Amino acid sequence: MDTATASEEETHDEHHDHGLSDVGYIKIALILGVLTAVEVATYFFDFGIVEVPSLLILMVVKFQIVVSYFMHLKFDSKVFSYLFLTGLILAMAVFAAMGTSMVFWQDPTGCDASSFC
Amino acid sequence: MADIDEIDTSNLAYGRTDWDDYHHLPTNTGLTNEKVTMWAFLGSDCLLFGALISTYLLCRNRFGPDTKGPTAADLFDIPFTSVSSFVLLMSSLTMVLAVTSIQRAEMERCKLWLLTTAALGSVFIAGQVYEFTSFYREGLGYTTNISSSAFYTLTGFHGVHVSLGIIMLVTMWVLVSRGNLGPERAETIEIIGLYWHFVDIVWIVIFAVVYLIP
Repeated sequence: MDTATASEEETHDEHHDHGLSDVGYIKIALILGVLTAVEVATYFFDFGIVEVPSLLILMVVKFQIVVSYFMHLKFDSKVFSYLFLTGLILAMAVFAAMGTSMVFWQDPTGCDASSFC
Repeated sequence: MADIDEIDTSNLAYGRTDWDDYHHLPTNTGLTNEKVTMWAFLGSDCLLFGALISTYLLCRNRFGPDTKGPTAADLFDIPFTSVSSFVLLMSSLTMVLAVTSIQRAEMERCKLWLLTTAALGSVFIAGQVYEFTSFYREGLGYTTNISSSAFYTLTGFHGVHVSLGIIMLVTMWVLVSRGNLGPERAETIEIIGLYWHFVDIVWIVIFAVVYLIP
């Protein structure tokens, strides 16, 4: 076996060894289930001014858990993180750009660009 | 980096039909091209869904000229959608169990988890079809207003992604069942798993931003 092939196989083994056990993944899924239950609770109970921030925080935490553990990004090469983060940051830039259309692109006649009137 | 003359080319995939002897080409990064490509695709798919979610948020309470009718938000059945969301979330667990099974060469267990994941995905799609049908009966068609167009486009695109994922999972199940995909190619299942988890995280965002935030 040549050096390049051996190195590649070592890299693969390393990736697999650093994942969680099946029980670990089940625990992660239970945490996600509980977080989803808390999210749904905001529909049935009035959380007042903390409702929207709570939902956004829960969404980000669930997103982070799935990406880190189920998608192995926490244990895998940083190259994958960079590829994914690039898309994610660009997506948020698209969201921000569209958001500005609701604030800045006002028509003097009273019909703003985002109202489709 | 190995000298090109030192690389053993006897196991390379070119022209070979024996799947058991399949080996990846060595790369400079030590990462396989297939996995890098999938992550690059998922990054680009973030842009697609970013644009669709942004469009929905911009249009959620807008009707357009000479159009009326309810908005999707008026018709949401949150308890029903919560169950669908939970089903899709749990399918991510069964998917990751399929990956760990094939890495341990437990092929029967891998097949079971693959099929379970596909079944949970199908339940989610069935729920979406039911939701769309009930919305349509309530008077919310695709062209009823701008809000409904944005809603159906966003959730419809997600549904198409889930459906493609189900097709890929069933294909993997067939390959594993026929013995064409063994533990030495566990990364193939892992890559399909990445796609499936991505579909799940997109729904995490849609469920919170579209359905739950008033």
